[in-house]
Amino acid sequence: MMRLPEFDYRAPDSAEEVSRILAGEGPRAMIVAGGTDLWPNMKRKHQQPKVVVALRKVKGLRESANGAGLSLGAGVTLNEIAAAPSAEGHDALRRAAAQVATPLLRNAATIGGNVCLDTRCTYYDQNEEWRRSIDFCMKAEGERCWVAPSSPKCLAISSTDCAPALIALGAEVDLVSAAEGERSVALEDLYKNDGIFYLKRKPDEVLTTVRVPALTGWRSTYWKLRRRGSIDFPVLGVAAAMKMSGDSVEELRLVLGAVSSRPILATDAAGKLIGQVPTDELIAEVAEDCAKLAKPMDNSDFTLYWRKAVVQPYVRGVLKQLRGDDPEGFSTLLRRAALAVPS
Amino acid sequence: MSTTKKPGSKSDFFKDPVKHGASSDGGYAVNLAEGDISTGGHDTGGRGPGGEFNSVGKARRRVDARAKVTGGTRFADDLALPRMVAGRLLRSHLPHALVKSIDASKAKALPGVHLVLTGADFPITYGILPVSMDEHPLARDKVRHVGDPVAAVIAADEDTCTKALELIEVEYEQLETIADPHEALATPEPRIHDYGDHGNVHKAVSLEFGDVEAGMAEADRVFEHSFFFEGNTHLPLEQHASVAALDENGLLTLWSSTQTPHYVHKALARSLDMDPARIRVVACPNGGGFGGKSDPFNHEIVAAKAALILGRPVKFSLNREEVFYCHRGRHPVEMKFRTGVKKDGTITSMDLQTLLDGGAFGSYGVASTFYTGALQTVTYEIPRYRFRGCRTFTNKPACGPKRGHGTPQPRFGQEVQLDIIAHELGIDPAELRLQQLVKEDSLTANFLKVRTIGLRRCIEAVVKESGWKERHGKLPRGRGLGLACSSYLSGAGLPIYWNHLPHSGVALKLDRSGHVLATCGATEIGQGSDDVLVNCVAEVLGIDADDIRIRTGDTDLGPVDLGSYSSRVTLMMGNAAIQAAERARDLIATAVAKKLEIPKARVGFAGRRVFDCEDPEKGLTFAEACIAAEGLWGTLGTVGSYKPPASPARFKGGGVGPSPTYSYTACVLEAEVCEETGWVTVHDVWIGHDIGRALNPVLARGQVEGGVYMGLGEALMEEMVYRRLPKRFSQALVHRHPSLLEYKSPTFHEMPRVHTTLIEDPDGAGPFGAKEVGQGPLLPIMPALSNAVFDAVGVRVRQVPISPQAIYKALQSESKDHGPGEFPEIDWPEPVIVKPPWEGGDGRDERKKDSYVARMARPEGGRGSETAEPKGD
Repeated sequence: MMRLPEFDYRAPDSAEEVSRILAGEGPRAMIVAGGTDLWPNMKRKHQQPKVVVALRKVKGLRESANGAGLSLGAGVTLNEIAAAPSAEGHDALRRAAAQVATPLLRNAATIGGNVCLDTRCTYYDQNEEWRRSIDFCMKAEGERCWVAPSSPKCLAISSTDCAPALIALGAEVDLVSAAEGERSVALEDLYKNDGIFYLKRKPDEVLTTVRVPALTGWRSTYWKLRRRGSIDFPVLGVAAAMKMSGDSVEELRLVLGAVSSRPILATDAAGKLIGQVPTDELIAEVAEDCAKLAKPMDNSDFTLYWRKAVVQPYVRGVLKQLRGDDPEGFSTLLRRAALAVPS
Repeated sequence: MSTTKKPGSKSDFFKDPVKHGASSDGGYAVNLAEGDISTGGHDTGGRGPGGEFNSVGKARRRVDARAKVTGGTRFADDLALPRMVAGRLLRSHLPHALVKSIDASKAKALPGVHLVLTGADFPITYGILPVSMDEHPLARDKVRHVGDPVAAVIAADEDTCTKALELIEVEYEQLETIADPHEALATPEPRIHDYGDHGNVHKAVSLEFGDVEAGMAEADRVFEHSFFFEGNTHLPLEQHASVAALDENGLLTLWSSTQTPHYVHKALARSLDMDPARIRVVACPNGGGFGGKSDPFNHEIVAAKAALILGRPVKFSLNREEVFYCHRGRHPVEMKFRTGVKKDGTITSMDLQTLLDGGAFGSYGVASTFYTGALQTVTYEIPRYRFRGCRTFTNKPACGPKRGHGTPQPRFGQEVQLDIIAHELGIDPAELRLQQLVKEDSLTANFLKVRTIGLRRCIEAVVKESGWKERHGKLPRGRGLGLACSSYLSGAGLPIYWNHLPHSGVALKLDRSGHVLATCGATEIGQGSDDVLVNCVAEVLGIDADDIRIRTGDTDLGPVDLGSYSSRVTLMMGNAAIQAAERARDLIATAVAKKLEIPKARVGFAGRRVFDCEDPEKGLTFAEACIAAEGLWGTLGTVGSYKPPASPARFKGGGVGPSPTYSYTACVLEAEVCEETGWVTVHDVWIGHDIGRALNPVLARGQVEGGVYMGLGEALMEEMVYRRLPKRFSQALVHRHPSLLEYKSPTFHEMPRVHTTLIEDPDGAGPFGAKEVGQGPLLPIMPALSNAVFDAVGVRVRQVPISPQAIYKALQSESKDHGPGEFPEIDWPEPVIVKPPWEGGDGRDERKKDSYVARMARPEGGRGSETAEPKGD
C-alpha cells in the first residue's frame, strides 16, 4: 500500500496559533482539516510537508450559525451541510456539498478544505514513480506543463464543488493571521487563474469562516457533471443564483467550475438576462457566452471536446430550472444533473 | 470391486445418447483398478425414491458466504507469519530501455534492508504459455514498459523497502517507444523481444475453412465494417499479494492470490530451478480475479527466491498502481468483418481480421489471438469462414485473459454488424438470428463440436420479457432497445502445456464421524467453485453441505486442477467430484446392502441417510453407513478425475476453441440517449443464459448479474488508455489513470435493473447437465448497448467503450457513425486450409495432407510434433 511519509503533527487550539506555526515553519508546513485532500497527496508525494498543522482542535471551527445569513466554521463537514435544510436561496451550497466524493469522505471532508482544494490534473494526481516517468511537471518538481507543453503557467483544474456554489451565493470568507489579524474577502477574490498559485491566501493565513448572505427571494442550484453518480470530481460545475422580479430577472450570479484553474464568475454573460424575461433564446445566448469562457484542457476525465460541448446544455438547463421549468422534461443527462440531490 | 455404469441408465436427458450422450471416448466408467478418467456424462445424484435431486438446483447460501460478509475470509495479504519481512519491487520509469548497470550498494547499506535482488539473480525465463516464456522476474538486460520490475528490496517493513528503492541507481539507455499496433507494424526495429514472427509482430495466424470468396460471390450483399474494442482491466478489489516461507524442513510454500496454483507451481519449479516436490503453492481465496491472476507473476517468484535465501517468510503486497502494471487484461483489438448474406439474411461467408495490442509480453497472447477468431461460428451457421489475426508487442503492460478471453471483442463486431445487416435488409434482428442458429450436435466450419444449444430459448425469453416485438424500433426518439447474443466455452478443451493427464482431480476422505473431506486444486476466486464442489459431493452422497469440509487450491493437499480460468471449474471439477463421490457411494452402498440384506441396486442416498429405496424407513444414518463401510473396506477414500473429450479439430491452431460444451446467452438492453450531449443511461437489461442446469440458482444468478455489471463497465466507460508525450520532448508512455478513482468503473448508481432468465436444458457433458455461467453473460452487453443506441437515436458506434463522447461524435457526424477507420494492411502468413465438415473435411490442414500421407508412408513413419502449438487458454 502507499504509505504516508514521516512528518511532525501539531494540533493547536486557536487559529492564531496555527498561523504562528505557519509563519514560523514557512513552506515546510501545511494545514490539514478533514485530510481527504492532503493525505492522499502526501502519499503520492506531490506535497511533502515536514509539519502538518491540524485544525481539529481549533475552537469554533465546527460551529455554524444561521441568523442574518449563514456562518459556517471552516471545519463543518460536507455531510453536515448536505444534511441540513437549506435556507431560502441557499440550495446551491447543499447540492454542491452533497455531491462531493462519497458519503464516507464527506463525513471527514470540511467546507474549508473543499474551498481550498488543491487543483487537479492527470499529470499531477499520480504517485511519485508515475510522475518520474514523465520527468515530473511544473506543478511539482518538474519544468514543463504536459497538458500544453508551451504553456507558461500550470493548467491544473479547480475541482471544488462548493466554491462555485458559494460564489454564486455571494459568500465571503474570513482569514486569520496572527501577525495581521482577521480579514474578510469575497470568495471569488480568493482565487487566481493559476494551477499552482490558485489561492490568494497568504502563507500564514487560516481560513476560519465561510459566510453566506441572506438571500430572501432568491433561488439557486448547482449542477455537477461527472462520469458516475458518486465518487468523481467534477469535470464541469454550473452554479447559479437568481432573483426574479415579476417575469423578469432582477439579479443573477452564474459560476462555472472545473473548466479553468479557478471558478469563473460569468458576470457579463449573466448580465444579458438582468431586467429581461428569461426566454429560451436569451438563455441560449447566455449559455453560448459561458461556453466561450470555459477552457477545458486534456487533463481530466472525458475529452475536452466533449466537456466543452456540454457547457451550453448545462447552463441552459440550470437557468431553465431556476426560471421554473420541470426537470422531468429535460433530456437524460440534464435530468440526472437536476435531480442528483433530492430537494 | 468394480462397477460399471453406462450413461443413460437413470437419466431423463440421456435418453438420446446421440443428442446428449457421452463422448466417443466411451463415457465414464467407475473402475478403480483400471483408473479410468471421466470425460463427463453424469446424472446420478443421490436421488431418493422419488428421483428428486438432493441439493442440486436448490437455492442455497454458498458455503463461503458467512466468512465473506463477516470479514472472516483470510486473503493472502491477511497472512502474517513469525519473523516475516516485506518486499517491494523497483519498477522501471521508462517504457523501453536497456539496463546498463544497477548499483544497489546504498540500498544494501540501509539499516533494516535484508536483501536486494536484481535480474542477475534470475537467469531463467518464465511465462504462462510454453511458446512464450519471455518474462524474467526482474529485468535482466532491458525493460519493456513503465512498471516493469528491475530490482527487489526485502527489508524489515514496507517503509524501509520504499526508502531503499530510492537508493538503487539504475543506468538505462533509452530505446524508441512502440506505443500501439500501428507503430509496431511500422517499426520492426528496435524489437521489443528477439522472438516472435518478425519485427514487433508477436504472432500472426491465418485459418481458412472453405472457399470464402466463393461464398461472398454467392451472397446478395457483402457487408464490410471495421470495429475497435479498447483495452480494459479486471479491477479486482483485492490487490495481488503473496507470502513465501520455508517450513521447518526447508520446503518452500507460497501463499498467493492466484487463480492458477498449478501453473504457479510449475513456474516456480522452472524459474527457481527446483524440484517441484519441494514446492507447495496455496491459492488463497481471491478477492476477485476475472483472469487477472491467471499468470504466474514476478512478485511471486521474487518472494519465493527471497524466502529461500533469507530463510524467513517474505510478503509482497502490491498497491493499486502495481496491479495496473500486472494487467493481463482485455486486448485492445481492431477488427474488420466482411460478411456475405442472402437477401433473406442467410450468411454465406464470413471473413474476419483482427489486430491485437499485446503489450510487452506474451502472456496468454497466442491463445488470445486465436480466440479473437475461434467462436464466431458456434452461434449462427457460417458455411465458409476465414480468420486472420495478428498480435503485436508494444511498450505497455501485457494484455492477457479477461472474462471472455479474446472473444468479447469480435463478438461485439459480429453482433453489431448483424444488427446493421438486419436493418439494411429490413429483417427483425431477433428473427435474423433465429433463422440460422447452429444445430444441436453438430460441427462448425472450424470443427468445434456443438452439443446442446439453448440459444433459441434464450432469444425467445428476452424477446418476450422485454416486449421486443412491440417496442423495438417503435419507442420515442431517445429510447432504444438493442439485442445481441453470444457463446462461451465451458472449459478449454486442451491444457496450457501439452500433456495427456486429467484436467481436474478430486479426492474424498470419509470416516466414522460421517464427515466428508473433499480436496481439489480448484481455486475459489469469488465465483463459487467451493460451493460447486460441496454441492456435487452432497448431491451424490445425499448429505448436507455442512457435512462436507473442503481444502482447495493447495498443491500439497489436493489433486491437480488446472485452475480457475476458461470457465472450466464447474464442468471439470464437477465431473471429477461426481466420479469421486460415486466411487465413495459405491463403497458405502456395498456395505449397507450387506448389512440390510438387500440388493445393492436398491440402496438410496438422501436426507443424510442411506436406505432401502423400496422401504425407505429401513436404513442407516449416513454416519452409521460410513461406519459399516469403514468396517468392510478399511479406511475410506476415493478419487475422481476428468479430462475433456478429444476435439475433431486436428489442424495447427485448432487447439484453441474446443470445449466440452458451449454456453449461450441472449440479451436485450434498453437505453436512453441524450441527443444534445450523447449521454447514455441504461435502464434495463433482460438476459437469458443457457446454463444447462443451475446447480445453485442463487449463485448462478449472481454470476449472470456480475457479468452484466462488468460488461456494462466495458460498454460504457472502462478503458486502459495511455498517454504518449510529444515525441520531440520525451519518449514517455504512461498509463493515463492507474487508480480506482480515475479508471472509471460503474458504481451502484450506474447499475440498471437486470432481469435474468436461466435456460436449463441439461447437457450430458456437464455435471448434472451444467454448463458455464462465469464469463458468457458478459459478452452480449457491449453490442446490445451499441444496437440500443442505434434504435434510440439512429447512430452507429462501432467502438467500445460506447461513451457519451463517442455517441456525441456520431451524432455530430454526417454519416451518423463513429468508429475506427480503415483496417491496416497486414502481411498475413500462408493460411492453414481446412475443408468444412460439409465439404468433406476431416479437421486436418489440407496443405499438410500430402506431406502427412508421405510421412506416414515412410518406413520410419510417425506423426509430426505439434507440441509447439498453444493449447487452451
